[in-house]
Amino acid sequence: MSLIDQLNQLEQEALAALEQIADLTALAEWKSAYLGKQGALSRLSRGLGALPAEERPVAGARFNAARATLEQALERTEAQLKRSARQSAFEADRVDVTLPGRAPAVGRLHPTTQMLRTIYSVLGEMGFQIWESPEVETDEFNFQLLNMPPDHPARDMWDTFYVETAPGEPTLLLRTHTSPGQIYAMRANAPNPVRAILPGKCYRYEQVTARHEMQFYQVEGIAIGEQISFSDLKGTLVAFAERLYGKGVKTRFRPSYFPFTEPSVEFDIECFLCGGAGCRVCKHSGWLEILGAGMIHPTVLRNGGYDPDTVSGFAFGMGPERMAMLRYGIDDIRWFFSGDERFLQQF
Amino acid sequence: MRVPLSWLKEFVDITLPIEELAERLTRAGLECEGIERIGVEGADLPWDPERIVIGRILEVRQHPNADRLVLADVDYGADAPHTVVTGAPNLFPYKDRGRLSQPLKGVFAREGAELYDGHAEGWVKTRLKGRLVRGIMSNAMLCSEKELGLSEDHEGILILPDDAPVGMPLRDYLGDVVLKFDVLPNMARCLSIVGVAREVAALTGVPLRMPEIHVVEDGPPIEGRVRVTIEEPDLCPRFTATLIEGVTVGPSPLWMRRRLTMAGMRPINNIVDISNYVMLELGGPNHMFDADRVAEQHLIIRLARPGERLVTLDGKEHNLDASVGGGMLPLLVCDPQGPLSLAGVMGGASSEVSSTTTSVLLEVAVWDPTIIRRMGTALRVRSEASKRFERGVDYELPPLVQRRALSLLQQIAGGRVAQGMVDNYPRPWKPVVLDLTPREVRRIVGISLSAAEIADLLRPLGFACDLINDGAAVRVTVPSFRRDVTMLADLCEEVARMYGYDRIPLTLMADVLPEQRNNPSLELELRVRDLLAGAGLDEAMTYSLTSMAAVAKINPADADASLYLRLANPLTPEREYLRRSLLPTLLEALAQNLRERERTLLFEIGRVYLKRAPGSGEVRPEEPRRLALALAGRRYERSWHTPDETVMDFFDLKGIVEMLLARLNIVDVRFVALTDDPRFHPGRAARLERDGRVIGVIGEVHPDVCERLEIAAPRAMAAELDLELLGELVEPVRYRAISRYPATTNDLALVIPVDVPAEQVTRAIRKYAGALLESLTLFDVYTGEQVGAGKRSLAYRLVFRAPDRTLNDAEVARIRQKIVRGLEHDLGATIRGEG
Repeated sequence: MSLIDQLNQLEQEALAALEQIADLTALAEWKSAYLGKQGALSRLSRGLGALPAEERPVAGARFNAARATLEQALERTEAQLKRSARQSAFEADRVDVTLPGRAPAVGRLHPTTQMLRTIYSVLGEMGFQIWESPEVETDEFNFQLLNMPPDHPARDMWDTFYVETAPGEPTLLLRTHTSPGQIYAMRANAPNPVRAILPGKCYRYEQVTARHEMQFYQVEGIAIGEQISFSDLKGTLVAFAERLYGKGVKTRFRPSYFPFTEPSVEFDIECFLCGGAGCRVCKHSGWLEILGAGMIHPTVLRNGGYDPDTVSGFAFGMGPERMAMLRYGIDDIRWFFSGDERFLQQF
Repeated sequence: MRVPLSWLKEFVDITLPIEELAERLTRAGLECEGIERIGVEGADLPWDPERIVIGRILEVRQHPNADRLVLADVDYGADAPHTVVTGAPNLFPYKDRGRLSQPLKGVFAREGAELYDGHAEGWVKTRLKGRLVRGIMSNAMLCSEKELGLSEDHEGILILPDDAPVGMPLRDYLGDVVLKFDVLPNMARCLSIVGVAREVAALTGVPLRMPEIHVVEDGPPIEGRVRVTIEEPDLCPRFTATLIEGVTVGPSPLWMRRRLTMAGMRPINNIVDISNYVMLELGGPNHMFDADRVAEQHLIIRLARPGERLVTLDGKEHNLDASVGGGMLPLLVCDPQGPLSLAGVMGGASSEVSSTTTSVLLEVAVWDPTIIRRMGTALRVRSEASKRFERGVDYELPPLVQRRALSLLQQIAGGRVAQGMVDNYPRPWKPVVLDLTPREVRRIVGISLSAAEIADLLRPLGFACDLINDGAAVRVTVPSFRRDVTMLADLCEEVARMYGYDRIPLTLMADVLPEQRNNPSLELELRVRDLLAGAGLDEAMTYSLTSMAAVAKINPADADASLYLRLANPLTPEREYLRRSLLPTLLEALAQNLRERERTLLFEIGRVYLKRAPGSGEVRPEEPRRLALALAGRRYERSWHTPDETVMDFFDLKGIVEMLLARLNIVDVRFVALTDDPRFHPGRAARLERDGRVIGVIGEVHPDVCERLEIAAPRAMAAELDLELLGELVEPVRYRAISRYPATTNDLALVIPVDVPAEQVTRAIRKYAGALLESLTLFDVYTGEQVGAGKRSLAYRLVFRAPDRTLNDAEVARIRQKIVRGLEHDLGATIRGEG
């Protein structure tokens, strides 16, 4: 059999063998058997030297062509085998994508904290800075300096926890509102202008119910300067409400009474639960009380170190728990201090 | 304050629909909290005008087949009378007397009318249907008050006054609307019908109408018959007295009873009812003495004397020795024999008007608000009268109240009115006069009004206004019924209120920007909260108040009440002391959560309250902020992909604390073993120190504490740190240049006596390794046979890197050698496998 015939036969045989190969290991073996340095093709090509010189170029070209054919066939098969191997791997990897994922352990901030942060950021952008003042206060700061001398009837508006003190010491109490902070912020700044918010815990001597807690947060705000009027108070509060409750929220200003402001106002927004039609949450009034405010009483300004004839200012106070209750639809204020994760993990 | 519309209408015409009026008043500061309708459309039980009408009872006959029933022939304006079967006991006296010469008036309801069931508990509606009652058809009825929803009374039928018009729908006769107002302390004037009417008149631009008062002074002069002596003129600036003799005590007329009921007061008898009626109408509390029970008809206003006692109208006996502040005893109205009443608060039983009273001595006075308030507090007695006096009653009002009361007494109870009035007025009203400028209104309210416009807003409220200085200001004379207005800011509020708060423009502050400042302590709080939430802890807030029992559960030694601030008036024993640590309340929350779940991680930031040393000069306690952490239960949530069932231990909490310190950039904190803190496991607790300053404690909660708290987990961990100190220790973060040269890693397995703390080993390694040591990680801790008793193996990975070159092996080997020798020398360490 001529060398070329042998080559043809080898080529046929190799291609046939390749057809049978099902995995990459067998393919590697095939490669070294036919195309390796010691492979069948190389061995057969040694016969070229025995051919007459005029036949060699043709035969050599034929050998090169056969090698190219086998190499191409190898590549095709290899690609095909890799494809099918990947395919079976995919099958083996298939998961139920509806199984729950691995949750990273991330905790939650208390809803009051979240509400406070919203308040800080909105008012912070308007130039209000955060001040703090003590929770255990004197009667002087909680009442007297806020224009409530002893026996003032408005003291009834704040049921008070008193702290035992030694005889002869000034009366101590748990602050019933953050308003005493006004005095600290004023005295630290007078006679210069100030814009401050004063967040903190307050306490009321009140039976604890779904709507009333003995302990709660409040945020007081004040702005004092030479050009500050009631219309600025309105503008500030409406801007605040629009940031919290959406552009165009309907608002209502009602005259009210606080001993430390004059004029005083209650600021309501249209009940967003019933759209003003009246529901249980808004006590069928269509309005939600959001905060109390007013122009700081001249006596309080004077107690803070300002001259009420030249300087004016406004103050407001709001309850973050109540605001959070409205925002999330919480129906019982007692959860806020329960430390119960069934509550905490909802926000 | 409950205001029946019919009463209000006597003083002012109502020109707005009722809801609009309510909203208008609310927007002017008189908050209408609700509208209650009685009988009219929108009421819980509207009275059908076709079927519920006024009827005239012509004749009452015995029911032929029943002893306890009668038949009443009722004319209700139809062509023929209608016969009604009824068991009303108050008709029995008229039985079988033939045609009544003075027919009774009652409420006649026809078939189909909706009424309340008079026999049912509570308020159950029922529709009137015709049926045979003992053989006689009954398809109509005469109604009781209960059936109409007027009161609980179902004893008999409601008898109407003789002048009630027959056939008139009851709705038009008795139907009414009650406006309920929340009256704030500065609106005390609206604790009266006339006060509310004055607001309505001013707000809706209609005139106020005062009732016409007719008193016939047909008795002898009061002069010389009634004496009044005021011993305390500062506490009793005015006291007036009148006398009416020959009155007949009996029930008040229906209209008065109805109005009192709607206003929330219980009718008693005509004398007492008139007293209350006038108080509600005019806002002037007054008191009616049985004149015959006032010795010598001499009223003396004085302070109580030691040992005196008084039984008030409500039957309570008061010891008048009680100080009402400043060593002062209660203020009384007395006769020469002793106390008659608590001045301005409540009358006494001994001089109370009774069914046999014939002469009434009528007191109308003005009292100092402070003494009234103090008496109310000290004696624990409050009344409608004291509520008004505490807030300040008009000095000029008493004569009007006297005349109004006398006219009603005369009209309803009969009697002769003594001529004249005793009027002791030692401290007369001094009118407040204020000059208000448009500039001031602009400065405070932010609106530009002329002086004339300001005056026009104020006048309807009763302020006398004169333009002065060529119209540059308004001179405002405050009326006596506005004791709340004392300064310009008060007038600005009135102007704003009348102008309408909603019409005032919205502006933003144009004032200079105040000095800006940071609040590092709050910023630290924000940061710590974020870090801990990021680490998987939920933020809790617990009560600042606790009890010694709760404290003792954590540490009996801490439950020393003398260290704590205590409430003088705690609501409950559980919330009596101000906390000195967050752990008791936070661990309580932990225990509570563990009853519901398998893992709980909590933190809280809050203040504790520490008494100051005596003589510190500050009366308020210290309120440093603390950070507490508490966790227990499974390390991982139970889930299908995490078979790990391990529970958290000391190192879970320590890891969180270390992360916090690292992220706050607080360096060189040492964990020193804490073996004697009863709150913690003696082998699993540490004190955190930095340069000898204690930052806080961390540890596994002592099993005894867990037992006392009933913590349902094998181990619970807790830490409490001083947040103020943490804030001081935070150091600014500095960037370290990142080396472009490769690192060399070297592992070191040491065998060390087991009592050498790991922290000492790391410090020694760092000391000998020098600056080229980039990181040091402990990756294995082993005790066991292979290392021998009393020893343990600690394996570290050391990463070396130089900022400016590639380290060669020889260099690293030299450092390693140095470390090994140093550890051997300092700590007796050997290299594992070489020992």
